[in-house]
Amino acid sequence: MLRLFLRRLFESIPTLLILIAVTFFMMRMAPGGPFDSEKRLAPEVEANLRAAYHLDEPLWQQFGRYLWNLARGDFGPSFQYRDRTVTELIASGFPVSLQLGALAMLLAVVVGVSLGSLAALRQNRAADYGTMAVAMTGISVPNFVLAPLLILVFAVYLGWLPAGGLGLDGFFAGGWRNLVLPVFTLALTQVAYIARLTRGSMIEVLRSNFIRTAKAQGLPATTILLRHALKPALVPVVSYLGPATAGLITGSVVIETIFGLPGLGRYFVTGALNRDYTLVLGIVVFYGALIILFNFLVDLIYGWLDPRSRE
Amino acid sequence: MVLAGALLLAACSRPGDGPAPPPPPKVQVGGATGQELAAEQILRKGNGTEPETLDPHRAEGVTSSNVLRDLFEGLVTEAADGTLIPGAAASWTVSGDGRVYTFTLQPRGRWSNGDPVVAEDFAFGLRRSADPSTLSEYSAILYPIDNAEAVVNGQLPPEKLGVRALDERTLEIRLHSPTPYLLGLLTHSSTYAVHRPSVEKFGDQFARPGNLVSNGAYRLNAWKVQSHIQLVRNPHYWEDDKTTIDEVWYYPVENAESELNRYRANEFDMTETVPNRQIPWLRRNLPDELRIAPYLGSYVYGFNTSQPPFKDNIPLRKALALALDRDILVEKITGAGEIASYGWVPPVTGYRNQQPAWATWTQEQRNEEARRQYALAGYSAEKPLRVQLLHNTEINHRRLAVAMAAMWRDVLGMETEILNQEWQVFLQTRRTRIDTQVFRYGWIGDYDDPYTFAEILESKHGLNDMAYDNPRYDALLLQASREADPAARMQLLEEAERIMLDDMPVLPIYYYVSKQLVKPWVAGYASNIMDHHHTRHFRILKH
Repeated sequence: MLRLFLRRLFESIPTLLILIAVTFFMMRMAPGGPFDSEKRLAPEVEANLRAAYHLDEPLWQQFGRYLWNLARGDFGPSFQYRDRTVTELIASGFPVSLQLGALAMLLAVVVGVSLGSLAALRQNRAADYGTMAVAMTGISVPNFVLAPLLILVFAVYLGWLPAGGLGLDGFFAGGWRNLVLPVFTLALTQVAYIARLTRGSMIEVLRSNFIRTAKAQGLPATTILLRHALKPALVPVVSYLGPATAGLITGSVVIETIFGLPGLGRYFVTGALNRDYTLVLGIVVFYGALIILFNFLVDLIYGWLDPRSRE
Repeated sequence: MVLAGALLLAACSRPGDGPAPPPPPKVQVGGATGQELAAEQILRKGNGTEPETLDPHRAEGVTSSNVLRDLFEGLVTEAADGTLIPGAAASWTVSGDGRVYTFTLQPRGRWSNGDPVVAEDFAFGLRRSADPSTLSEYSAILYPIDNAEAVVNGQLPPEKLGVRALDERTLEIRLHSPTPYLLGLLTHSSTYAVHRPSVEKFGDQFARPGNLVSNGAYRLNAWKVQSHIQLVRNPHYWEDDKTTIDEVWYYPVENAESELNRYRANEFDMTETVPNRQIPWLRRNLPDELRIAPYLGSYVYGFNTSQPPFKDNIPLRKALALALDRDILVEKITGAGEIASYGWVPPVTGYRNQQPAWATWTQEQRNEEARRQYALAGYSAEKPLRVQLLHNTEINHRRLAVAMAAMWRDVLGMETEILNQEWQVFLQTRRTRIDTQVFRYGWIGDYDDPYTFAEILESKHGLNDMAYDNPRYDALLLQASREADPAARMQLLEEAERIMLDDMPVLPIYYYVSKQLVKPWVAGYASNIMDHHHTRHFRILKH
């Protein structure tokens, strides 16, 4: 186990380095710079600005400096938010994105697996067709279409939920109301995928010999489903969790902008448009590391579910 | 399934056909008298992009200025309708040659921590603003002040700036030439005073919540980036007894559609802007809340006069300008009430709008003349002009560009290739003055004076992407800057614009309008050309 962990850690370092290098140089190749605005700067001010952010140094030296600071956990100052550091911005935005992403993931897994199992048990009947029709709709409707519609219906016409923003009271004191629509929108696509995956693998598992044996022994249907069928049926679902996390992260870029949530996705978009080199790079590195970590966790769970994969 | 059905139904209907907004609240706004105040005096505003900082000397965007206007007060400030009124300065005198301004500060002026506001605070603030090590991106606005240009460019130390405190309450500002718009400039954040002890204590962190000490009607209570900025009343403000609203919340929303939804859900009392597409619907459904007013901005297309085909080809520039039916462009394409324009300087106070003679013709006459000029420029149906039009990526610019290209094709038989670039790339391309032919140019004035527009077309000006170079124009601008008599100065600037319009380095299209939604219970709101709004003038009525 420790060996697996160390090997994975060792493997992830070059991956991250490549990610940093590619993002760093691509960001710099983009035309326009962080200090370009419609107003033209006085030359002295521009020189001072470039010096303050070390933009006057050769590119390789800036890259070296970035890596060195990063190794010490310093993501550098933000170009856009002039009196804040990237570390501080990530620390402020990540909890919001994490809450949004974790809730969406939870909803996606619970609802997706339940719907998928239901569809498998009622294969080729109304419940199956109904569930899969909803799943197909969930996959086909893009979140930037769904989100404004939900806002219009539930916030503007019905007035049940807020149209955007972050709840300022704690989550249980009413802050959850601000997350209902964004979490639902973000989760819907994943619910659909997970339901389809679960249905497929559940149908296969239900036809296998050990389930037939269990049935022959007269075990109740719920016991068969929960104790024997669910675990092997979840294997493909778990291996999908890695890509699902990536999907939630990219999805949150759109969702956070539409719902006005102060998460990392929104920082990322405004950062890229303003050529905030350090902010964009910081978020890419942070999310890159997170996805690597998450894939590792998925491998661990996978090993637990399927003993054959432990080798 | 019911939900899916409802959504599908909503999806099929265009926004314009959507159900009418919820019925108006039962309570009469403002109670029986119409002026009764609400128990809770909190104003919530949508505020576009997130301010980059609340350091008044480093901030540069419209949205940071919105917040700074509530936090700080310049020597001069604005009434609700935009009229200049005494702010931190109670009164001032101007020397006969218009070059020395002496300000007397409010006797009761206080910082939000209770310290008195003294003349040295303003002198310190202006020096800090001009100091190139402050990294201010707006310091060029201080150039009318004696030695400012040299200080900004590091040739003189900040102490040499033409400002000094004569005593605790008297501040002197010396100018290198008479600048009638100085008072307007003094409402701009780059001229604000800052609280010296906190700047020295906290350095570049001084504008953070907990550190920021301000001299305006409000002080900074909280700022969660991309979520909200919360201001609360400054009890030390000298006119606090005339302030009604206790708290102001600014919410960043980049997406105008999201802002509109949150306004309709009563989460905002005011918006920063309005999505153009929704204006017809808003005119039908919320006509009393939609506030559209002339704005100090000019939307034009620039010709690159340093490269073919527009170099030394005035007839060609005129042909393109004549062939556009601006009434159609502003009515059918932009549609927010923009004002069709034939000149560069928008309706500025005290300035007579300039336009070419053909502005009063019918479009048929203009088209006739356009074809004549086109032929004069050496083009014809057999040898049509092929031109590249460049705009920054944005749907409304796109629609306008397509309409323009169609008009040019119909009237002149021109072939237009429409290109668009993302904002930062666009700025860089435009600046090269090489890779452009005809390109979008929008300009919002910094102060209510024609010079903020006129100076851009000066041959050496850094923003002159048209590469316009006419010595007569430059000479008139120089003459105007030395003219002490305001009326004579305006005449010189008007003459300069007439000369410029005869060369047509820019193709005027429309003057901007400001677009906002304001709830009926926000009293004290007034439209003004600068689109500046101070919360201390507002009240929240009972609703």
